[in-house]
Amino acid sequence: MDKKKDFRREPLTDTQLLMMITVIIFLAMYFLAMALLGGGFLHAQQIFDMLNDNAPLIIVSCGLTIVMIGGGIDISVGAVTSLVVMSCVLFLNNGGNIFTSILLALGIGLAFGLVQGFLISYLEIQPFIVTLAGMFFARGMTTILSVNPQKAENGAFNALREKKIEIGFLGYTAKNGNFVPARMELGVVLALLIVLVIFILLRYFRLGRGFYAMGGNQQSALMLGINVKRTRFMSYVISGLLSGISGYVFMMHTGAGNATNAAGMEMNAIASSIIGGTLLTGGVGNVFGTFFGTMTLTTIKKIVVSSGLNEPWWQSITTGGMLCFFILLQSVVLGRRNRSKKV
Amino acid sequence: MKEKFMKFRKGGLGQLTIPLIAIAILILFNLIRDPGFFSIEITHNNDGNAVLAGNLISVINGASELAVLAIGMTLVTAACGGQDISVGAAAAIAGSAFVKVLKSGPSISGGTVLLAFLCACIVAMLFAAFNGVLVAVFKIQPMIATLILYTCGRSIAYWINGGATPTVDSPIIRAIGRFIPGVPLPTPVLIVAGVTILFMLIFHFTSLELFTQSVGINGSAARLNGINDTFIKLLSFIILGFCVAVAGCIGVSRLELINHETLLLDVEMDAILAVAIGGNNLGGGKFKISGSIIGAYVIQILTTTLYAMKVSSTDVKAYKAVVIVLLVVIGSPVIKAKFAKLMARGRSSKQRVSMKGAK
Repeated sequence: MDKKKDFRREPLTDTQLLMMITVIIFLAMYFLAMALLGGGFLHAQQIFDMLNDNAPLIIVSCGLTIVMIGGGIDISVGAVTSLVVMSCVLFLNNGGNIFTSILLALGIGLAFGLVQGFLISYLEIQPFIVTLAGMFFARGMTTILSVNPQKAENGAFNALREKKIEIGFLGYTAKNGNFVPARMELGVVLALLIVLVIFILLRYFRLGRGFYAMGGNQQSALMLGINVKRTRFMSYVISGLLSGISGYVFMMHTGAGNATNAAGMEMNAIASSIIGGTLLTGGVGNVFGTFFGTMTLTTIKKIVVSSGLNEPWWQSITTGGMLCFFILLQSVVLGRRNRSKKV
Repeated sequence: MKEKFMKFRKGGLGQLTIPLIAIAILILFNLIRDPGFFSIEITHNNDGNAVLAGNLISVINGASELAVLAIGMTLVTAACGGQDISVGAAAAIAGSAFVKVLKSGPSISGGTVLLAFLCACIVAMLFAAFNGVLVAVFKIQPMIATLILYTCGRSIAYWINGGATPTVDSPIIRAIGRFIPGVPLPTPVLIVAGVTILFMLIFHFTSLELFTQSVGINGSAARLNGINDTFIKLLSFIILGFCVAVAGCIGVSRLELINHETLLLDVEMDAILAVAIGGNNLGGGKFKISGSIIGAYVIQILTTTLYAMKVSSTDVKAYKAVVIVLLVVIGSPVIKAKFAKLMARGRSSKQRVSMKGAK
């Protein structure tokens, strides 16, 4: 109730608070892992590995964060990523060049964003249903394109894929005495760049401020003269576009198209956003938080593996527990703040 | 009767209009495509029983789990204004508990099956209560709260089975999953009918429907009127837990094995879809259980039709998506308003004449 009353300042401070919690927990967890488990956690390469594996997830989560800040949901992102990977691999194998394949990836993502955004904001259909249909469509199209896994066999593309950024001073000496520099894939640079761009968009641009206003209170946003329909439309377009980019980065990482690529990525992206402090109710969130949310999720999985819990179920059970902890923490923190304001 | 017809003509069927139209279109499409789609014949199955077979039977049989889940999902949607996305995972847990108890004894008798079902119910209700507490007490959005169980539910099911996918071999389980000797209808259909009647009785003799709607429309107003909104929300989740247990046990009995990865895979999405096709607002409030059940059958007819057209099972999703989008576009408020305006223009020309006469 009173959340609506002081709507002007509330969302921003909540955003910062929730992000702070995430960052602190992430750092604490990582340092604990370094101290107790040692091993791989002591090398800088561990962080780069986590980034390399999760660059697509980071990109997709950024898009989802924008949609969630605007009070919506987009569960088609993982399926679109998978469709982009499959179609680009097939395109490259049939004589396409790299530049056109990038355009194809962006085009597919944009098309999904445009159609879903139109249906949701201008025809006022529930976002969950529209993006669910989008997810079904993209998954179905992926298997229509090819049921069997396809490997990219385009020379130029594979050469691009092999290009890695080597950071000498962060390397380590392997057991056999060879020096291994820290390696980072090109996709990671892109992902970090996107995080920065989206942060600036959300912080300093009219459109970005519009997302917060719309998610906080749609009625007030309308009164402020924000074109709510167009803002919502734009949030889905950006999310679609980022899914396209994520698909390309995914392909750069794996180099093969598979119908089960990026399975469950939408839920991982939602989990990352939530851990990063984005509320599904809208109006609260931050892409830096989302970035740390993704890293927290990955760190948990790494810790489970390196602490010797080898049964296949432990990873997701601990992830679930972690998610539960964060969700409850947020609920309690925000609830307490709201109560103290009331008094 | 006449009144009812007039109501129907004016679109007074309300939210049931869209699902009924969808069923009509699908049936018409199948009639044109291949009238043989509707043939029902009596065959003898492996046990030598006379049973009904045909596409229609496989539709009403195949939609059983979905229909049961749609009932519970409607209640949760109405009371909490959000959906439970963990039903598939929870059904896997319930199924695992069911199999675990079945396998604990040396032989499977009727009593063991009943006990196993009760255990499955209790386990599913406990997990549902966990979701319910997060939603009702901690005021977390249902989708977020159930994301936890969605993430780890299937792994918990795997854990219960100790990393195996045990099979159950028993005539009783076969009777539950397929046919009871002497009864031509598949047993899951009978179970759905039983559950539906149970809910009809509950709604008839208690105020659950009214309370759920008032909590969904405005929780604070409901509380001021003396309705315990926390309890109603929790109750809706526990009822969903019961539905999940029933669906999980049907699923296990049908396959006679528990596979934590594939049991009722993606059913949560279909269940939510069934609720939406049934014309219920996913934001909570007024609801019609019958709409959701019809919605479940719409989805199953669509799937069966696609299979009959030789679409491979992995590609079905793409075609399904197109139909879903068409359905929701027809049902969208903007299109409806445009259509109503168009109709009104036709009617108003008549009205204008009469108004001129009055002046």
